Amino acid sequence: MRISTQWLQDYLKLDIPADELAEKIERTAVEVDGVIRPNEGQKKVVVGHVETCEPHPDSDHLHVCQVDVGEDEPLQIVCGAPNVAAGENVIVALPNSWIGNHTKIKKSKMRGVKSNGMLCALDELGFDEKLVPKEVADGIFILPADATPGEPVFGYLGMDDEIIDMSVTPNRGDMLSMNGTAHELAAIYNQTPTMPTVDLHEDAADDVNGQLTVRVDADKHDVPQYKMRLIKNVHVQPSPLWLQIRIWNAGMRPINNVVDATNYVLMQYGQPLHAFDYDQLTDGQVNVRLAKAGEHLTTLDGEDRELLATDLLICSDDQPICLAGTMGGLDTEVTAKTTTIALEGAVFDAVKIRKAAHNHDLHSEASMRYERGIDHGMTVTALDAAAAMIAELGQGTVAKGVAVGRDEDVQPFEVTITLSKINHVLGTTLTSDTVLDIFKRLDFPTKLDGETYTVTVPSRRWDIHLPADLIEEVARLYGYDNLPATLPAGQPTIGKLNETQRVIRDSRKMMESAGLTQAISYSLTTEEKAKAFALSASDVTKLDFPMSSERTTLRLSLVSGLLDDLAYNNARKEHNVALYEQGRVFYSQPDQVRPKEIEHIAGAITGSMVKKSWGVAEQPVDFYQIKGIVAGYLKRLALAGTVSYVATSDMPEMHPGRTANIFVDETLVGFVGEVHPTTAKAYKIRETYVFELDLSALIALPKAQQQYQPISKFPSITRDVAMLVDDTVTNADVVALITDKGGAHLQNVTLFDVYNGKHVPAGKKSLAYTLTYRDQNATLIDDDVTAAFNKVLEALTEKLGAEIR
Amino acid sequence: MSLQDRLTELRDQGLADIQAADVLKKVNQVKVDLLGKKGPITEVLRGMRDLAPEERPKVGAYANEVRDRLQQAIDNRRAELEQAAVNKQLVVEKLDVTLPGREVPQGQPHVITQIITELEDLFMGMGYQIVDGDEVEEDYYNFERLNLPKDHPARDMQDTFYITKDVLLRTQTSADQPRSLENHDFSKGPLKVLSPGRVYRRDTDDATHSHQFHQIEGLVVDKHVTMADLKGTLTLVSKTLFGDQFDVRLRPSYFPFTEPSVEADVTCFNCGGKGCGICKQTGWIEVLGAGMVHPHVLEMSGIDPEVYGGFAFGLGPDRFAMLKYGVDDIRNFYLNDVRFLSQFYKKG
Repeated sequence: MRISTQWLQDYLKLDIPADELAEKIERTAVEVDGVIRPNEGQKKVVVGHVETCEPHPDSDHLHVCQVDVGEDEPLQIVCGAPNVAAGENVIVALPNSWIGNHTKIKKSKMRGVKSNGMLCALDELGFDEKLVPKEVADGIFILPADATPGEPVFGYLGMDDEIIDMSVTPNRGDMLSMNGTAHELAAIYNQTPTMPTVDLHEDAADDVNGQLTVRVDADKHDVPQYKMRLIKNVHVQPSPLWLQIRIWNAGMRPINNVVDATNYVLMQYGQPLHAFDYDQLTDGQVNVRLAKAGEHLTTLDGEDRELLATDLLICSDDQPICLAGTMGGLDTEVTAKTTTIALEGAVFDAVKIRKAAHNHDLHSEASMRYERGIDHGMTVTALDAAAAMIAELGQGTVAKGVAVGRDEDVQPFEVTITLSKINHVLGTTLTSDTVLDIFKRLDFPTKLDGETYTVTVPSRRWDIHLPADLIEEVARLYGYDNLPATLPAGQPTIGKLNETQRVIRDSRKMMESAGLTQAISYSLTTEEKAKAFALSASDVTKLDFPMSSERTTLRLSLVSGLLDDLAYNNARKEHNVALYEQGRVFYSQPDQVRPKEIEHIAGAITGSMVKKSWGVAEQPVDFYQIKGIVAGYLKRLALAGTVSYVATSDMPEMHPGRTANIFVDETLVGFVGEVHPTTAKAYKIRETYVFELDLSALIALPKAQQQYQPISKFPSITRDVAMLVDDTVTNADVVALITDKGGAHLQNVTLFDVYNGKHVPAGKKSLAYTLTYRDQNATLIDDDVTAAFNKVLEALTEKLGAEIR
Repeated sequence: MSLQDRLTELRDQGLADIQAADVLKKVNQVKVDLLGKKGPITEVLRGMRDLAPEERPKVGAYANEVRDRLQQAIDNRRAELEQAAVNKQLVVEKLDVTLPGREVPQGQPHVITQIITELEDLFMGMGYQIVDGDEVEEDYYNFERLNLPKDHPARDMQDTFYITKDVLLRTQTSADQPRSLENHDFSKGPLKVLSPGRVYRRDTDDATHSHQFHQIEGLVVDKHVTMADLKGTLTLVSKTLFGDQFDVRLRPSYFPFTEPSVEADVTCFNCGGKGCGICKQTGWIEVLGAGMVHPHVLEMSGIDPEVYGGFAFGLGPDRFAMLKYGVDDIRNFYLNDVRFLSQFYKKG
């Protein structure tokens, strides 16, 4: 909503700079996008009187004009506009002037003839093309005959106005009008505004009855009010300049005196109005109803629109002529030939209009106001004001009476509130008088009984119906700057992370200290990527109406997003990347639309985690590096169960020989391994190792009891064993057997060498372990250890076919 | 030559030999030669048998003195040589300490996480619980229970990804507030919660829009919570995040779930309030929305608005990070370019 500060002077005596006014509005009422000054940056643009206008000797369309600009001598200016003529007052950009869009005008020659400036059209003065009246769009603008040559042109065009551009929130529809804004500023500056009055003369001999019949078939909720007036013998023509100025400074295009009058009243009262060409109606008959699906209407913009059953329609003889509250129909448009106007003033349901505007993508000045609500108490006044104005501008007459399709009894609304409640909510100690004064400034009649205010809210502030709404009025007019700043008192509470939150935070830190940087990827991805790397089979959750094919489905794994991140880095020549992500994945649940949201943690590494430096070579990442990260992390989670890694070739996205499922006892909690080379190629990444863990499951699993173990005072004894085994024998097999057969005092088994090079027969490998024995309560006897160790060796030979070396 | 003279001679010769020894080995040899069992001093002492008994103590004492003197000289010489050897080694071992150390790989938290963590800590210190709602929410909780019935014009402010007619990706983390309200036992004290998390809007991704971003919403409900408390809390938030020199101002705004509703501006971090391009010459930057919980929202959760009231606020960590660090494209937060992520290594 653009508020002309010049227009505001009709309402209030405000000798306040526009910037200050804008700031005040922003601090007290609604957001302000800025102050528009149409002549900003323009200089030396004046009124000129064309004394003579001769054809250019060397051109078939240029004219050479002698223009009086208030100086001793006229200026010679060459002009190409088709409508330039002697005797006209025109806009002259003098030599070295600045016009719109930061353009400088200098003396020049046009086809050999000197031109000392330029005659201008409105768009050359920075007018938005959409605001220029169509009849003056193709030529220079002709100023009124009484304009004084040499005077700056801005005052004649309303360009010296300062216009406050407000961004009105949905609750303050009342400020989408000059009247509403004036009421608001009156409250802010404690003034009494001068509101417009209506001077309507009806033609007593010409009764609307019998000429115009209006019927509302829609219910009261959808159409609370519907009224029409009839204006006859109207001359449709361009509006006078003063009206055009108000219209274009409000951000609308002047059309003709009828449409401009309805728009002017719309701006004044916030009441949308629609003018129909009465002669295009069937038998002067109008009815309002909901559309039937499949009906059609060609709107003013020439579009043929298929209507929906939720659309409210204005009809004549039941044929659609207007989409209520959004846009009129082409057939009943007011044109230059129109002489009789049927003028509509109505109230329509906000939701119905909102839907129509949304469904037909038709957002107009009218629909914007209906959607936010309008003042039901002002409909007839606005209708009268517009009828009077059309009659005056078009030299017509207004028929006697109003054709009423539906009337409504509009009453002010009473809200009660106490002083203590206001102070209780705001944390203030306002006095009764302060609050009373604020209601008085708002022009809300108020009765005070004890400490209870009974406030009569006029219909122009339909947003107020609760005590809380009144508290807001008091707060904003008292000024938020004047509120004290305190912290909530009351009973103290303890704020701390719950177990899940704590583990998630710790997990992040552990990942970071292991060298992985946190990534946050998109939860929405393609269906294919959403399903990739899933820990278990699940249906996916898809958007009903996605924005792009790249973001349609909620992810089942984090790895897929991390690989996208790696690809992004890879494409930018960042080949050493180590990332982790902690976030939710979305597994479908039987018979429910909402998926189960499970916390996961995942990592992806590629290239080298060690930066190449002097004396340090890059170390390409491998399976054992990522496994080490996962194992270290799981160790610190202190799970009660035993973690095991079981080779799997079941995940199609993962390398079949380099992937392990991770179990805690019998529970599958994740996987670790290398991304399948084919998958890597598809994602456009290099050799990459990943893991993904179900963090929710890990958090739920029992944790080891933390209990101090006395440190043994007795020395340990170690034994080393090296053996040759078949390639198919795994480290896990060996460790399990050693642990099983190790005896009561075996404390630890550590693999210290794996070798399958020289001197090792094909199909075999050499493994070497250190076994540590210790007795908590006594010094071990060497012979006992040897006996226990020999049992292990026997078992290895027997069960695994190991050749002890 | 008397024994005394012999001892004096031995002493002087010995001291000269010790001083001449330039390596430890030679010092040791001198020691063996002089003070050993077969050495000349031992031999002198053996010769004392031939002395008159009254002479013996004198010579004995002198001999001990000479031996101690030599021993002392040997110890000193040894220490000197050891020190010299160490000094020499230290010189050899000198390093260029400006060469870089061997780096231990170290990751870091995402900048959005840093901001969320900082605020979580601040609010936990003030007794708030952190709550994590679901990202896939019912329309009923995301909108209706927050006083946004279907077809409310304010729904236009939040374009929504729907899964079905009734299920959506939450557009605000305050979607969890109705659940917090209905589950809270007010006999155990006030409700103070902070809900950080991911939210989604049906937007086309560009420099200033992202279909996925983050929000932090706070909610306090008790018998006496005031708008002044809200102002104080928001002031604390901005001073914590941006610094003590930053001021907060409130402006009227509109959110269906609060009444009164305000928007909070913070002193422009770029110009310090003087006015610049970033703050559109106002000296202020809009950072969060807030207000007093709407009575309808309380009623819908079964809480009597005549007895209880409170405030709610919401802010965007993405926007905070953009403002605080001058990040000019919101997509940076979700593309995870390591050259971007590695720039923010402050807190976790």
